Amino acid sequence: MNTILGLIPVEAFLFCWILLILGLKISGKNSGGLYVNLLLLGVLVAIGLVAFPAPKAQFGDLIHVNSLNRFIRGLLYLGTFFIVIQSSSWLKKHHHAAEFSILLLVVLSGLGLMVSTGNLLIFYLGLEMASIPLAAMASFNLTSKMSGESGLKLILSSAFSSGFLLFGISLIFGLTGTISIAEIPVNLANSTLALIAMVMIFSGFAFKLSAVPFHFWTADVYQGAPMGITAFLAIVSKSSIAFVFLTVLFPILSAIQQVWPTVLIALILLTIFTGNIFALRQSSLKRFLAFSSIAQVGFILMGMLVPSEKAAVSVLYFLVVYMFSSICIFGVAQWLEEQTGKDSLSNFKGLYKENPFAAWSVALGLFSLAGIPPTAGFFGKFFLIGSGFQGASVWYVVLVGLNMVISLYYYLKIVKYMFMNEVIEELEKPQMALPLKISLGIGMLAICFLGLSNWIVNHLSNLF
Amino acid sequence: MSFLIPLLIAIPVFSAVANYLVNANSARWIAAISGFIQLVISILIWKVYADFRAAGETAQFLLTAHYSWFPLWNINLDLGLDGISVTMLIMTSLVVFSASLLSWNVKNDAKLFFSLLNFLSAGAYGFFSSLDLFAMFFFLELAVVPKFLLIGIWGSGEKIASAMKLVLMLMGGSALLLTGLFVVYYGAGGNFSLTELASNRLGREIQLVAFPLLFIGFGVFTALFPFHTWVPDGHSSAPTAGSMFLAGISMKLGAYGCLRVATYLLPDAAVAYSPYVIILSSIAIVYGALATLMQTDLKYMNAYSSISHCGFILLGIGMQTNASILGSVMQMVSHGLMTALFFGAIGLIYQRTHTRKMEEMGGLLKSIPFLSAVFVIAGLCSLGLPGFSGFVSEMTIFVGSWEHSDAFHRVATILAAASIVVTAIYILSAIGKVIFGPIRQASHISLEPATFVEKLGTGVLVLAILFMGLVPFWFTNLISEDARLIMNQFTLLMNP
Repeated sequence: MNTILGLIPVEAFLFCWILLILGLKISGKNSGGLYVNLLLLGVLVAIGLVAFPAPKAQFGDLIHVNSLNRFIRGLLYLGTFFIVIQSSSWLKKHHHAAEFSILLLVVLSGLGLMVSTGNLLIFYLGLEMASIPLAAMASFNLTSKMSGESGLKLILSSAFSSGFLLFGISLIFGLTGTISIAEIPVNLANSTLALIAMVMIFSGFAFKLSAVPFHFWTADVYQGAPMGITAFLAIVSKSSIAFVFLTVLFPILSAIQQVWPTVLIALILLTIFTGNIFALRQSSLKRFLAFSSIAQVGFILMGMLVPSEKAAVSVLYFLVVYMFSSICIFGVAQWLEEQTGKDSLSNFKGLYKENPFAAWSVALGLFSLAGIPPTAGFFGKFFLIGSGFQGASVWYVVLVGLNMVISLYYYLKIVKYMFMNEVIEELEKPQMALPLKISLGIGMLAICFLGLSNWIVNHLSNLF
Repeated sequence: MSFLIPLLIAIPVFSAVANYLVNANSARWIAAISGFIQLVISILIWKVYADFRAAGETAQFLLTAHYSWFPLWNINLDLGLDGISVTMLIMTSLVVFSASLLSWNVKNDAKLFFSLLNFLSAGAYGFFSSLDLFAMFFFLELAVVPKFLLIGIWGSGEKIASAMKLVLMLMGGSALLLTGLFVVYYGAGGNFSLTELASNRLGREIQLVAFPLLFIGFGVFTALFPFHTWVPDGHSSAPTAGSMFLAGISMKLGAYGCLRVATYLLPDAAVAYSPYVIILSSIAIVYGALATLMQTDLKYMNAYSSISHCGFILLGIGMQTNASILGSVMQMVSHGLMTALFFGAIGLIYQRTHTRKMEEMGGLLKSIPFLSAVFVIAGLCSLGLPGFSGFVSEMTIFVGSWEHSDAFHRVATILAAASIVVTAIYILSAIGKVIFGPIRQASHISLEPATFVEKLGTGVLVLAILFMGLVPFWFTNLISEDARLIMNQFTLLMNP
């Protein structure tokens, strides 16, 4: 009984909330604003519930709740909250706001299960719960062909990568007779079959993380999906996968330590180079963000080279920083897209003259992604490179560093658009809605102070 | 007294924020007042530091302040000063004060301009007073974006291309630096503290890997040949205050890093690589001087001559004798003040004549006597006339270099000394064309005389240059003990 009541209060709440929205929808309520507010309230309550400690292990060993995954859940839900605020004006006008809310809540509970998994089965369950509704949401611009294409590509690539994952998991089960994450490393011997299993699982993850060479779906999906979903894919979905990669795959991979760094460093360099070089030439805003996020994944993977407390803290810290930086950029990008109706980098031209607040928000976000002090991104990148340093030779690290030069070039190009170019077409409403402004303000404050103040890093290092 | 350094860093940060929140007119007042306060504090720091030394304080770094930053990484915000950093702080505050006065008439979003300028100075103060490699790197990088915006928004000519080139090249240097820092960090078992790294010397193998990364990384900032190509474009496209800051302070950040981090912490490698440093810096000196001969634009002229002058700094570091290191620190200060004054004078003249081409000017002494005099003083200091700071510092470097008696060092010294002749040619011919002779354009007959603010801004720097040229022992007394401490690392090497 105790375990049922303790059925992670967040999941239980999200389930009830889904029922509530479903009920309202069936009873014929069709105001977009109502559902958006309900959705925001639901996510907010979920964040509050995450803060409450829950029983540690539930359903035997299937679900673990610890301070670490409570933290990441809080982070994911917070990111979702910001994204919903930023796309609320789009969502309010949509005829299917209720369905959207339900799908999003299902995704959230799936992500929640996934990050608190103690078992590969629950991990897979959570992953699928999160990916399938996401594909539906990606095609939520119902009249746009590109949106439909985006949804289709997302579901196909998800299914494909799930196939890899499942195959890997089944091999692991065959080798060790267990799917409990705690027991696998003990039972897994270093063998060719184990290597194949690892390659399969890793490929599955790399697909979801859009690491090169598994990244081909990313740009098309990001471009076609509604901006809010693009943000969700880039921020929340990616962070959750990176977290699971860190907590699930890391312990298992340590069984085959020898080959791991060599493979990974090659993959990292490939990912960063590809992301950066393709980002250089994009004129579509969303494709640009897609490739820049691919490059960022390369940096996140740097933290996976050498398993250590420093590395784990660096990855988590970077996820926090990455979330706030991306929110600052996506919020303004969405606001501009709604006004101009175009998905183009030239939207940013002359922005500083029209709305300095928005321009600073994007600029700080970009500086943070580029790793320039005093923004938190500088500290994030420094720690990631530092924690991966011992796993790679000096010259690989120089190459990674030089990639920061390439990325600085295209980030500064947007800064140039905003601060130095003239306005192309004037915005209809150069003022922002207050909630959007607040969300950007919080993001900017976080970017400025998360690195200068050591609070979050110290907090994270206490979680281990 | 340990609050003085944090205060010096905090004041520009606060005024940067304040500048942005008020209107343009108040912004320039805030910037000027904050520049003045920074100057006062840095002179106060000098006084306090000298008193401590006079009282027999023997610790290498004084006025230390210690804040724990990231315990997990053993990263601290360690601040402290020795004589070298004290002189650097004074130089920085002089240039900042002067630069904010000379930007009095800046148009087009003045509050952002002054805000960025203050950000730059905060980074420089932090860099010069950090005793932790991470903090140094942090403060060094802090200036990247303000430079881009300053040049890109308020610059002239191909400003955006120049700004991009400058920032990307500096960032490339930082990438090497970052790697070098981690080589040192892991080589020392997870330590970024300057004092601890100096007392527990790293293994020779690690030093040999780290030195090129760190020296080139810092060298990019200080126009180490062949990584100097950002200098001419960057300096000449920047607005006046931007060029003053770039040439006066930003290039010294790199030189200070080459000395304090690469040479001081890695003496074995510094000895091993010293021929390369000497060769590259000699090339920079000669090449810079010859390239200057060909320039027709005043700003380009001073930019190329900066490459040559900064070559002297690196030459002094590469020669590794007591006097040469002392001389290169003096040269950092002297060049910082002199080049800032030169760029300031050029900027003020340009505001009036609307041209920077030498052949379009002439006889300015008649129309703007004060600015012409400033221009001449800066020029004479640049060519190393006795009585100005340039003479003292270059002379000290040559004396130090001459201590080596083998052919290689002699040739390098002679080449460097010979470049002074070239310097004299281009400086004197520029002065001849621009200041003396007949007035070439009718519009140059009556030009607006220098305002009080402009006189004050340039006068401060002129006084400082004269002061350093006439009573150099005030500075050498401050620096020589610390230069000797750096040299100690090498003598320990010979007699362990």
